[in-house]
Amino acid sequence: MSERLSVLKTYKLYVGGKFPRSESGRVYEVSDSKNNWLANAPLSSRKDARDAVVAARKAFGGWSGATAYNRGQVLYRVAEMLEGRRDQYVAEVAGAEGLSKPKAAAQVDAAIDRWVWYAGWTDKIAQVVGGGNPVAGPFFNLSTPEPTGVVAILAPQKSSFLGLVSVIAPVIATGNTAVVVASEKSPLPALSLGEVLATSDLPGGVVNILSGRTAEIAAPLAAHQDVNAIDLAGADETLAKELEIAAADNLKRVLRPQPVDNADWSATPGTDRMTAFLETKTVWHPTGALGASGSSY
Amino acid sequence: MDSRYARRYARLVTMPTSASTEADASPAPPTSVTSATSAPPAHGLTDVTASDSTLRRFLHGLPGVDTVGLEARAASLGTRSIKTTAKAYALDLAISMVDLTTLEGADTPGKVRALGAKAVRPDPTDRTAPAAAAVCVYPDMVPTAKAAVAGSGVKVASVATAFPAGRASLAVKLADVREAVTAGADEVDMVIDRGAFLAGHYLKVYDEITAVREACGTSARLKVIFETGELSTYDNIRRASWLGMLAGADFIKTSTGKVAVNATPANTLLMLEAVRDFRAQAGVQVGVKPAGGIRTAKDAIKFLVLVNETAGGDWLDNHWFRFGASSLLNDLLMQRQKLATGRYSGPDYVTVD
Repeated sequence: MSERLSVLKTYKLYVGGKFPRSESGRVYEVSDSKNNWLANAPLSSRKDARDAVVAARKAFGGWSGATAYNRGQVLYRVAEMLEGRRDQYVAEVAGAEGLSKPKAAAQVDAAIDRWVWYAGWTDKIAQVVGGGNPVAGPFFNLSTPEPTGVVAILAPQKSSFLGLVSVIAPVIATGNTAVVVASEKSPLPALSLGEVLATSDLPGGVVNILSGRTAEIAAPLAAHQDVNAIDLAGADETLAKELEIAAADNLKRVLRPQPVDNADWSATPGTDRMTAFLETKTVWHPTGALGASGSSY
Repeated sequence: MDSRYARRYARLVTMPTSASTEADASPAPPTSVTSATSAPPAHGLTDVTASDSTLRRFLHGLPGVDTVGLEARAASLGTRSIKTTAKAYALDLAISMVDLTTLEGADTPGKVRALGAKAVRPDPTDRTAPAAAAVCVYPDMVPTAKAAVAGSGVKVASVATAFPAGRASLAVKLADVREAVTAGADEVDMVIDRGAFLAGHYLKVYDEITAVREACGTSARLKVIFETGELSTYDNIRRASWLGMLAGADFIKTSTGKVAVNATPANTLLMLEAVRDFRAQAGVQVGVKPAGGIRTAKDAIKFLVLVNETAGGDWLDNHWFRFGASSLLNDLLMQRQKLATGRYSGPDYVTVD
């Protein structure tokens, strides 16, 4: 039997539920930790970023309006799909980060577990950060957390998969939509994640994944007037400062790189990454007459 | 029987569609180019409208449209890259050509006033943005619209003649037009009787347009809507274009925006060829207005390329070319803001209507 021809994979962007090449037609070489060529990844331009924001904005109404229960189901489905592709991710993470097979497998397991963990949070975060407030007047006072809108995420540069999942999942769990800039050096796990998201009932446009030079794509995203928040996890100190200045123009929410993020992302994250992209809506509702007794409750 | 006459009028139409031809060979437009004349059309083609049969012979003698060539030409002109200063010019030109339209059953005076304010000053944050060309409303809203744009150069256009179906008697249609004109409409958008046109009663359509033309008087320009989506073939669009121009239209307009297929680059290209050839033949310049389905600045710029490459620079003015649109203006403004600031803008920074 003759030897099979190798079937190389063309990694593509994930924008609006589709897999386009970069509008610019550019690609760049991705190599592993020992500088062996792995694949070509699309080198996104600012126009890809613009298109991704349009897709994310379009998806926002439906995703933020979906019930928390439904979002949880969809996220859990993503975790199921990830589990099914575990071997592929182990290989990609091992290549990208120069890890041994068992270590890469541990990373992938942790990432899937984290996804499940965030899937469970979708219908619980409102109880934790929202609720009825006791106020000094005849009012019902209710606070509810609402998603802020389109969030630009700069994925961590080093932790190509666990770090990536740790920044995407909290953003979409709360009903935001995301434009993700994958790790510049090791974008392949992120681009493969798009294939999982596309096949797990996540509406197109909720997560959009771009690969390329982080600084090149992040600048227009930070200045974009239709982006509501930016997560700077993958930016170094100089870039983070520049982007924060650009983001101030339309008062974006900015999540600065957190000290804990420089570690290997293995610690249980807590709710901070979810609450960072929530707006609290508080409603004062008059209770009406309190009755002859004048008693309050 | 029409085949006998085929190609008789072939010389009227510049062929083929796939070559960029010179419109400059046209005779210098005589004084009749000026708009709003209620006199009978002053072109050299009066004999073709003498009777139903001559008109029919003329329209069927127009050469057939090369569908593949037309669509390929329209598509290839859509690939032009318009950037930086040219883009800035095109965006401002496109904004100045927008007929800001609201034609809903739910139109309120408040909505029409808001639209008028937007037409006068499309971008309140940037006073260098040009005003829109006109607001386009139903006849009963004309006084409201007129008051809303008073003191500015923005025109008020009114649809009339039982828009959008056009299924009413001539008397009703003319009353509709007169009411709009009396209320102060600067422009009247009429729909042709597609039923009569498709049944081959061209003279009936012709007479109706001339009657409406007369009812418009000297004060209003007449736009004739063909509803290209209902005419089925490109040949019919070419015939309708010539019919409309022969009857004295100041503008020919693709569609009402109320059917599935509205303005496309191909049918607009066809109509642009018709106005170019009509001016070459009759010396009368007629405007073109694609309407419906043009939503992005990118699309609008493609149409401007079509105009420049087909009819020529003479039509690159809001006196001769318009966009019938509502959401297009917001996208044009967002693109304009992007060019001015370097930052991508968003729908939070334009008015929602």
